[in-house]
Amino acid sequence: MSEKSGADILVESLIDLGVDTVFGYPGGAVLPIYDALFEHPKVNHILVRHEQAATHAAEGYARSTGKPGVVLVTSGPGATNAVTGITDALMDSIPMVVITGQVATNLIGTDAFQEADTVGITRHCTKHNYLVKKPSELAGIVNEAFHIATQGRPGPVVIDIPKNVQVAATEFNRHAAKANNRYQPQIEGDFKAINEAAEMIMAAKAPILYTGGGIINSGPKASEILRELAELTGAPVTSTLMGLGSFPANSNQWLGMLGMHGTFEANMAMNKADLVVCLGARFDDRITGRIDAFSPDSKKIHVDIDRSSINKTIRVDRPIVGDVGRVMEQLVAVLKGRRFSAPGYDEWWARIKGWQATKCLEYPENEEEIMPQEAIRKLWEATHEQDPIITTEVGQHQMWAAQHFDFDKPNKWLTSGGLGTMGYGLPAAIGAQLGNPDALVIDIAGEASIQMNIQELGTATQYRLPVKIFILNNEYMGMVRQWQELTYESRYSSSYSESLPDFVKLGESYDWTGIRIEKPSELEAGIKKMIETDGPVIVDCRVAKLANCFPMIPSGAAHTEMLLSPEDVKGTMDDQAKALV
Amino acid sequence: MLIKDEIVERHVLAVTVDNEAGILAKITGLFTARGYNIDSLTVADISEDHAVSRITIVTNGPPRVIDQIEAQLDRLVPVHGVVDLTEAGPHVQRELALVKVAGKGENRIEAMRLADVYRARVVDASTESFIFEITGSPEKIATFVALMREVGLVEVGRTGVVAISRGPNAV
Repeated sequence: MSEKSGADILVESLIDLGVDTVFGYPGGAVLPIYDALFEHPKVNHILVRHEQAATHAAEGYARSTGKPGVVLVTSGPGATNAVTGITDALMDSIPMVVITGQVATNLIGTDAFQEADTVGITRHCTKHNYLVKKPSELAGIVNEAFHIATQGRPGPVVIDIPKNVQVAATEFNRHAAKANNRYQPQIEGDFKAINEAAEMIMAAKAPILYTGGGIINSGPKASEILRELAELTGAPVTSTLMGLGSFPANSNQWLGMLGMHGTFEANMAMNKADLVVCLGARFDDRITGRIDAFSPDSKKIHVDIDRSSINKTIRVDRPIVGDVGRVMEQLVAVLKGRRFSAPGYDEWWARIKGWQATKCLEYPENEEEIMPQEAIRKLWEATHEQDPIITTEVGQHQMWAAQHFDFDKPNKWLTSGGLGTMGYGLPAAIGAQLGNPDALVIDIAGEASIQMNIQELGTATQYRLPVKIFILNNEYMGMVRQWQELTYESRYSSSYSESLPDFVKLGESYDWTGIRIEKPSELEAGIKKMIETDGPVIVDCRVAKLANCFPMIPSGAAHTEMLLSPEDVKGTMDDQAKALV
Repeated sequence: MLIKDEIVERHVLAVTVDNEAGILAKITGLFTARGYNIDSLTVADISEDHAVSRITIVTNGPPRVIDQIEAQLDRLVPVHGVVDLTEAGPHVQRELALVKVAGKGENRIEAMRLADVYRARVVDASTESFIFEITGSPEKIATFVALMREVGLVEVGRTGVVAISRGPNAV
């Protein structure tokens, strides 16, 4: 048996695990690992410009490929800069392994240069974390970390490796490392529970399938089975922000997204349903609105791989713990075994058609200015045949994209849902482009969010990644301004985007192509030029400044109290509602 | 703004965990991060090879919160199992306390008499003080400590509850 350094063991373990791409940034405490990478060209190291971007790029890579994202950063500031992306991955259940350098074991606890208590800081924003104290533990830990990150409800795992552990030599036994498997989440649903769920479905008169990001995490097969389940039942389907794409938007059973900026029909159907089948979603507060008014008359089935998601905010009648893809498969088998076929739900669909008739996503026409919704719709029209991967930042543009860009396939929609991290979109697009070199990858951005990780323009240039940034520039932190309009009588405190850069020139300085679109008449041509231009393109699309995102359920309101247009806005809210986010 | 109060229950949880660095911080941090209560917490390794520790947590909260606490604990990777002893049925709860009482004359004699009634053992004595060791249910210890306050209590240390289910089976 040969001896190897900790750094070599790490890199070889990564290669054994099939890792081909690592997003990182070097520094003192990871130099031995970077030196090992130098000797292993099999691993493609992507040098980002800021560690936060490394984590979002890894998320984009993971979400678009289904493979875990891998990050390598140094100790201290390297690790603390990564914390936002780690938390983002935890909230959105993204499989990610973050390797952080640490000062040598004899220096830990002495406030050494670039020392931070990384395991302490990341304890509650990781699914699990490790401090590797001996090189002999390293291979086993790396294997377990990937297992934990990818199995069950996926999430981020941090491995903190002191510099002397990277340098020290030890025996490396590939096979022994794989023995440890203490984490074994439940995959199969309980048979009795599935039978009960089937009975509930068969008895329902007004069912709805409420799907979430768990279906994407379960893999492409889960999306196929969802289609089968939907076809078998004939029930309407809605989805959370994170689940978009798991069910095709071109299906006539599709109601659109639900929740705070969901469609009127999806939210009304949730409210009036007699059975809610929650598949890989978690009754998040953006979905439920006021808890006591959430789907008051329905029985609820909840399929989730994470038991702690069940009964956390909403009491359900029939919980099923298991992988949502596998459970749907079991459910379809039981329903077929009982010769269940779609009952039609004529009355239910008639009511839904009534709600759909409000055409809640319509927006006022504007010949002077580009309506942001129109820009998204035109972008969809111009690109959807190419199956683009869309990433977003966070805010109004994100919600407009969710509402007006239709997704027919999973893994094409990458957005920061749970944590709502501005600055996610550009690095995520870079990660997605690396994982899908031939895909058209577009970051739909706002002019405020894009500046949070704008430095990554350089990363895309360096690796010749043809990502496109489509900025809906309304010169406001639009969602903040919208809430100020709704809640604080339009006192726009610090929500105006002052001193904006010239995005076209900024892009050009990084060797990107810059395009500015200022009038509705330029929109289609501008988008066409963006798609047809080789290499990275940044588009500064000037949109109507004061457009708001509707429909909207104000905080603390019920699904039935949606604001459909600006005319519904009062401009004030009571303290109870103000206290909600 | 109105913040609603719910009926709270006291529950005793037995949690078996991998005996690894940081696990206690993970568990106590989970309680603070999610706003759960800890009345007492005890921990010690229980296996021959020192690989497994048992943590006994006394907590309180509405039933739905207790349910969440169990689920949240259970999903931590180093946690092997969580048993709600209060739900699981009859169980024995014990706590140990060391109680220092100082005084002379009648108080000293009374302290000794009460200790005898409560089956507390004297583990240290000087001409003007005793240290009593007492084990029992948390209620018994609380009563004893309250009595000692009247006869010269100067210091008390309690271990917190350890608990185990009755009958032949392990939980």
